[in-house]
Amino acid sequence: MANDTAVRSAPPTAPVGRIRLPQKLRNLELGLLIFACVINGASIVLVQLGALGHLDLTLVSLFATLSILVFGLHITLRFVARDSDPFLLPVATVLNGLGIAMIYRIDIADKQYGWDSAAVRQIAWASIAILCAIGVLVIIRNHRTLFRYTYVSGFVAIVLLLLPLVPGLGRQVSGARVWIGFGSFATFQPGEIAKIALAVFFAGYLVRNRDSLSMVGTTFLGMRFPRARDLGPLLIVWALSMSVIVFQRDLGTALLYFGLFLVMLYVATGRLSWVLLGLAMFLGGAFVASRTLDYVNGRITNWLDAFNPAVYNADGGSYQLVQGLFGLAHGGLIGTGWGQGRPDLTPVPQSDYIIASLGEELGLAGLFAILALYILYISRGFRVGFAGQDDFGKLLGVGLSFVIALQCFIVIGGVTRVIPLTGLTTPFLAAGGSSLVANWIITALLLRISDTVRNQPRLVVES
Amino acid sequence: MNRELKRVSIVVIVLFVALFTSTTVIQAVAADQLGDDSRNTRTLYESYQVERGPILVAGTPVASSTPANDNYKWQRTYANGPLYAPVTGFFPVNGEPTGIEGSMNDYLSGTANSQFLTKLERIFTGQKPKGAAVQVSIDPVAQQAAWDALGNFTGAVVVTEPKTGRIIAQVSKPSFDPNTLAVHDTKQVDSTYDALVKDPTDPLIDRNRGGDLNPPGSTFKLVIVSAALESGRYTPESTFPNPGSLTLPGTDSVVINSGGGTCGPGATVTIADALRLSCNIPMAELGQQLGDRAIRDQAQKYGFNVEQHIPMTVEKSVYPAVADTPQTMLSAFGQWEVRATPIQMAMVSAAIANGGIVMQPGMVDQVTNSDLSVVSTFEPKQFGRAISKETADALTKMMVANVADGAADNARIDGVDVAGKTGTAENIGADGKADPYTLWFTGFAPANDPRFAITVLIEDGGGMGTNGYGNLLAAPVAKKVLEAVLNK
Repeated sequence: MANDTAVRSAPPTAPVGRIRLPQKLRNLELGLLIFACVINGASIVLVQLGALGHLDLTLVSLFATLSILVFGLHITLRFVARDSDPFLLPVATVLNGLGIAMIYRIDIADKQYGWDSAAVRQIAWASIAILCAIGVLVIIRNHRTLFRYTYVSGFVAIVLLLLPLVPGLGRQVSGARVWIGFGSFATFQPGEIAKIALAVFFAGYLVRNRDSLSMVGTTFLGMRFPRARDLGPLLIVWALSMSVIVFQRDLGTALLYFGLFLVMLYVATGRLSWVLLGLAMFLGGAFVASRTLDYVNGRITNWLDAFNPAVYNADGGSYQLVQGLFGLAHGGLIGTGWGQGRPDLTPVPQSDYIIASLGEELGLAGLFAILALYILYISRGFRVGFAGQDDFGKLLGVGLSFVIALQCFIVIGGVTRVIPLTGLTTPFLAAGGSSLVANWIITALLLRISDTVRNQPRLVVES
Repeated sequence: MNRELKRVSIVVIVLFVALFTSTTVIQAVAADQLGDDSRNTRTLYESYQVERGPILVAGTPVASSTPANDNYKWQRTYANGPLYAPVTGFFPVNGEPTGIEGSMNDYLSGTANSQFLTKLERIFTGQKPKGAAVQVSIDPVAQQAAWDALGNFTGAVVVTEPKTGRIIAQVSKPSFDPNTLAVHDTKQVDSTYDALVKDPTDPLIDRNRGGDLNPPGSTFKLVIVSAALESGRYTPESTFPNPGSLTLPGTDSVVINSGGGTCGPGATVTIADALRLSCNIPMAELGQQLGDRAIRDQAQKYGFNVEQHIPMTVEKSVYPAVADTPQTMLSAFGQWEVRATPIQMAMVSAAIANGGIVMQPGMVDQVTNSDLSVVSTFEPKQFGRAISKETADALTKMMVANVADGAADNARIDGVDVAGKTGTAENIGADGKADPYTLWFTGFAPANDPRFAITVLIEDGGGMGTNGYGNLLAAPVAKKVLEAVLNK
């Protein structure tokens, strides 16, 4: 809060950007960013020493390029969003770097080098993602611009979601039809970008319609329930989620979208009845799906009865889940150390299961640190929601950070058997270009909103 | 709006607390349990990261680890695999190790508690971890002689030192090559293993210590005579009626002596002669007089009804709960449901040779770390006293007569007194008909200063169905082995 006073001391009417105030926040960010890059560089070197046995400067130099881009983003912030939150960028950087180190480590185990190496592709995608983030920060100078594009965003989200179903364009990977691809390369998961568009759409829509959604309704059992005709949006999002489950066979994404909508709806209207109604609808739908769709049913069996030999050995059974648990257990409290474990024994250890891979080599201590980093990131996002003055910015900030939180929970909870396993990427860590691009854009948007929040004097009394 | 936001923050915190809890449960609370799961290949691979210690016979490795260029890093190889299979066992990549590989696994893999300090030291000095070497008491000359002497018979030979219990030869046939089960291709291991398990000759089973146990037949007479002499009511010269056949009381079953007829010419026969000629009727009569209780007590003093660890587990030899007098009379000459392992019969012979004290059999001489520091050495352990010195001497005398001038004369060695007892046990098949006999020899030499106790088991009648007998087939095997070890 000390930083707030520094900002507040500036005359409210003065064009803040023109005055050369000392950039305390940015200097803090710079320090943290250097620290993050040191951690990342050390991780890469330790992976090489642990798994390769010697240093390989090619990858270190590629990694250095990435660090330069991150510092480029930092410098951009000094010009276009000098009061933005100082923690978001370093946290995203260190998570991204740890992810690359682990992906690289698994490449070594699988003897994948050059362009076959997922780590090299991940670095390339991270570069693209950071450039996208810089682009977003430069183009969108005020997040309220996005408010104008509420319905365009909604439309874009639907189109992105439908793309994988287009014949010839869509690709089905490990059961889920959520990918698009051109030729044999450059596969992309448009659903990842769709979640940003959806958050923008939900924020804009809810700010416009919150009054009718929250004020009117009939009271039943001490709770005000919405009128039937206001149920439209809820029903549409519900139908959207259900169709993702049925047509794209992707439980995790459906849960993510629906959870995002419910939370934003709740924050906007303050009506618990919406949440209860929505949850009941989703659980009902999921229950029907588990009874009628084999893959949903299989996921639940794998979750509940993972160690049963029949389930373990079944095609699409709990083999991966149990191998992930073995990996985590092998890591124990302090882990085997970079390059010393056997994360490659678990199927897809670099994407869906990267958290189990990290848990194996960095141990419980390392996982706690990673979870703490996520909590820090999310809390910075929520802080925007608490401190923001405009409802659209508040809602968008909450929505974007909640989507990260929920995604973490769905993936890590799936891997650690809290909930059934569903295919989603672990934000910033997992191998996958679309996910990285989406998460870096989210970071850029959160940076943008946080800058606006700090840039303005508090005029409105908190409601 | 901020009130709702606060609640959503709490929900997010709850979600993350769930993740903190789940990771803690997996990585700390349940980690050991997950590590022990047989499907956890990580634990397995990790056990291969250590250079497993060798198993040594007279300083030469019979099982050792050589570097391999795959997931397991080390390949286990067995020198002279089939010969030493009952000793080494095998160390498969998927499944439980057997033999010394199994029972000494903690030492060989370097994870035994007593090696903790060495392990700690290695962490600081950066040395590659290495398991301890296990030196076994097997004598390569005795082992090879036993292997050669047993020839193509299905059976087993075990040689021990009566004074210490050290096992110096342990051969079982047919055998298998442990190398075929130590390959790293798990599918291949599975198919080899399945074939060995399905093989009707049971090559995987060490007949010295398990499998389908055999009736000890006449070798058990050593036990009942021990019981008689220990009771104080009998001497070797005590006499029994000598009929040509004996109907068991209250039944139609008839006991005859092997070869038919009476036991020697007289109307009565002494215990000494009955043992020397290996007659069944006098023993049945003796059994009736002694009663089930006395025989069982004596059998248990020799080790019957107790599991032994050498350190591999030796199945319990059985002196069963006998219901009535006819069963006692049949048990008296090692039939009915009496069952024995060769190691058990070796304990009986060795105890007689050792003045009545039963030594616990064992085959681990020494465990040494890779830096040659000794982890543990073999200490002779007494199982207990089975018979008095006097009884032992009397039995020795009778067993010598047995070989010199009796039913075990095929074990005679020029210039050395061999004490021995043969056995030819009947087996009743599932169809109620007579299956091939089980042939035995148990004894020791030299009789005046016993150095070696030997037990030979030949199953399936030695290929002669119900025509072979202990002295014909088992005694010559014992003779060859004893000659080899005595001439060393």
